[in-house]
Amino acid sequence: MEHELQKVSVSLAVNPKLSSWINFAEGKVIVSPGKVEIGQGIVTALAQIAADELDVDISRIEMVRAATPASPNEGVTSGSLSVQHSGRAIRFACAEIRQIFLNAAAERLGVAPDVLTITDGNIAGPGNVSTSYWELAGDISLDRDATAGAQPKSSAQRTLAGHSLQRLDIPDKVFGRPRFIQDSAPPGTLHGRVLRAELALARLIELNEERARKVEGLVAIVHDGNFAGVVCETEAAAEAAVTALRKGAKWSSSAALPDEDGLAEWLKQQPAVSTVIASKNATAPAAVARTIKRQYHRPYIAHGSIAPSCAMAQWDGDIVRVWTHSQGVYNLRSDLALVFKLPRENITVEHMEGAGCYGHNGADDVALDAALLAKATPGRTVRVQWSRADEMSHAPFGAAMAIEIEAGLDSDGEIASWRHTIWSNGHTARPGRAEQPTLLAASELAAPFPRAISLDPPPASGGGSDRNSVPLYDFPAWNIEAHRLTVMPVRTSALRTLGAQGNTFAIESLLDEIAVDRGEDPVAFRLRHLTDPRSRDVIQAAARRANWKPVKQDGVGYGIGFSRYKTTGAYCAAVAEVEVGEGIRVRKLTLAVDVGEAVNPDGVINQIEGGAIQATSWVLKERVRFDRTRITSSSWTEYPILRFSEVPEVEVEVISRPEIDPVGAGEAAHGPVTAAIANAVFDALGVRLRSLPITRDRLIAAMELS
Amino acid sequence: MPNIRFRLNGAETEIDADPDTPLLTVLRSQLGLTGSHFGCGAGECGACMVLVDDHALTSCDAPLWSVANKAVTTIEGLGSEQHPHALQRAFIAEQALQCGYCLSGIMMSAAALLKRNTNPTTAEVKAALDRNLCRCGSHNRMVRAVLRAAAEMRTS
Repeated sequence: MEHELQKVSVSLAVNPKLSSWINFAEGKVIVSPGKVEIGQGIVTALAQIAADELDVDISRIEMVRAATPASPNEGVTSGSLSVQHSGRAIRFACAEIRQIFLNAAAERLGVAPDVLTITDGNIAGPGNVSTSYWELAGDISLDRDATAGAQPKSSAQRTLAGHSLQRLDIPDKVFGRPRFIQDSAPPGTLHGRVLRAELALARLIELNEERARKVEGLVAIVHDGNFAGVVCETEAAAEAAVTALRKGAKWSSSAALPDEDGLAEWLKQQPAVSTVIASKNATAPAAVARTIKRQYHRPYIAHGSIAPSCAMAQWDGDIVRVWTHSQGVYNLRSDLALVFKLPRENITVEHMEGAGCYGHNGADDVALDAALLAKATPGRTVRVQWSRADEMSHAPFGAAMAIEIEAGLDSDGEIASWRHTIWSNGHTARPGRAEQPTLLAASELAAPFPRAISLDPPPASGGGSDRNSVPLYDFPAWNIEAHRLTVMPVRTSALRTLGAQGNTFAIESLLDEIAVDRGEDPVAFRLRHLTDPRSRDVIQAAARRANWKPVKQDGVGYGIGFSRYKTTGAYCAAVAEVEVGEGIRVRKLTLAVDVGEAVNPDGVINQIEGGAIQATSWVLKERVRFDRTRITSSSWTEYPILRFSEVPEVEVEVISRPEIDPVGAGEAAHGPVTAAIANAVFDALGVRLRSLPITRDRLIAAMELS
Repeated sequence: MPNIRFRLNGAETEIDADPDTPLLTVLRSQLGLTGSHFGCGAGECGACMVLVDDHALTSCDAPLWSVANKAVTTIEGLGSEQHPHALQRAFIAEQALQCGYCLSGIMMSAAALLKRNTNPTTAEVKAALDRNLCRCGSHNRMVRAVLRAAAEMRTS
């Protein structure tokens, strides 16, 4: 049975009980996904799927926020898997529940199930007999395991999935109603702030609490090793107290951060675990006449959520309640249990919406901060919010990467071999996956847990450093190797796409270079190396829509980039139009995307547009700055991101395939857009920049060299 | 310490607080208006923008005394579900956000623009919103929403 379920839905196999997903109450359908809203619109897409399968109006759907222990455990809301995992589980669960109710209705009404129809939850048969989900709900227990025995509707039978319904969460946000965890502070809530050093990996060698003790409204000062914080009656008092505490703190650090300007070389010199990711030998190897070897680099990139991380916690004896915008409530609970040495059952973790996080930011860390501070004030809820500076310097970053590709060309200049090598820190240190906690404060306590070194997910889960490093093209031979660093002076964890942005940038840049060297059109060159029809379709659609390739104008260039995210996810091709004058300006991005069934097409477009714009920001502007002792880009001034006046026009074509199982759209655009911009800059100026970000200064330096 | 008086979303308001307290802290903590968001505390991201008289201002670094005897409008005062502002209708129509944390600041910035220019060009909208950061990449939808609201305001 479980094996059958596994084939249908991984989430259902882990959480088979139907009632953990769906319940009926007072004219409503209560849907409990294990995935959480992070601004991607998942709540709406899942509601559409449920309403469709059950034949109820979408206004009857009530979406429950994930919380331990009742919600299905779907791990982490990451990897563009929410529609794939949660959507599929809900679709199959609802199809089965619909069948269970149809059978029960048939029995009650004395008719055959196949003559019944369901309209907005009302189950009717011939001769005006009818009942409803809600009438029957009392007699039907959904505390039974799913069998996946009922076939969900075909794409042609669906009336909601496949349509751009308005998102359910938008009215609250447009009218300024409290919806974010940052906006929640129930009466009686105390406010906490944590003191963190500007120095990286700092030790707190002295803490004079005298000034902080004088702050009116101070409730507690917590000091445990290198961890220190305050709890106060009001937020303003907490700010004042932590400022006062800072004045009494002395830090030391033996941190030796890398030389920011020699980062790529530094990455290549560190101790690492080396893994051959893929290797393929040619059936009839061609003689390599010439090799072309290039090195690419991306810096550390900050998540840069607009909202500082925030959490609330409350202790009652040895029972802890935590409210969080973490992407994985069960995973966070596991790590909290390790830190506090409590059974998991003693801890409940409830999700509340936060701002977009774009991966593993400070959301989980601040939850431990809140729990540590709240322990000092039993019975009282403590809300903790990070400062902007902490958000930009203590949350994990997307890992810096050095990537080298060596292509062997035969006597006709065709690609005969391909060697792709990656040096990078691991791309994930999410909580809940290891024997030791990965939460920041866990390594700061007087009895510290070891500081977790980031790992890479296995290739079967899409990999980390190596994500999208295996070419999608029909090259005769390749060898892909990843060197994951075992030292981590700068903290890294999952940022949107993990290593895929860097690898796609590298592969697509070199392909472009080879095509241009051959005097071949970059689109035609790619198509010549692709047999997969869906890959070809997105490239052709993007090219067609962008009128590839427009007539050359001075200072303007066009470039293309393509990838299938994680090799198993969404297909995406991007054409960039850039203008290089005083600065580098991306004027337009034209994208085509294929996610299979687009449950909410406008939601898909929104994700692709957003991904394209965020990638443009990464490419043109973003780089975590540091000296040898500290992160220096701790404000928006020092870590600028793309502004309204710099944002390109973005056009998205969705290739609709309603009959094919849906995959996520949130990370599909970043790699292709990065490569498209780099290739367009070359097209405009004839200079290739292989280090991100692509800035005016670097362009000038490269032109002087060439 | 004298109380500070100002007009908040149309109602006379009197606050007993340190005059140097940031306006955002007063709005959120003392008055329970949480629609204006804390993002950076340094006036760099715009998530906390409100209207002071007819100008968009970052409230996280505006001391309370600076709004004495002025009119402050927050997202809660812009419109309601029953009587939405044209911008609120337009942002829903364009589905002009992803996470929406930056949204209230951006709508207040846009509201200030529309008070002085009901027929802005795309470039003017972008320039007016340049002090506001959006990390999700919803910029183009937001610009379209502002242009839609402007068009609606011109014809109504």
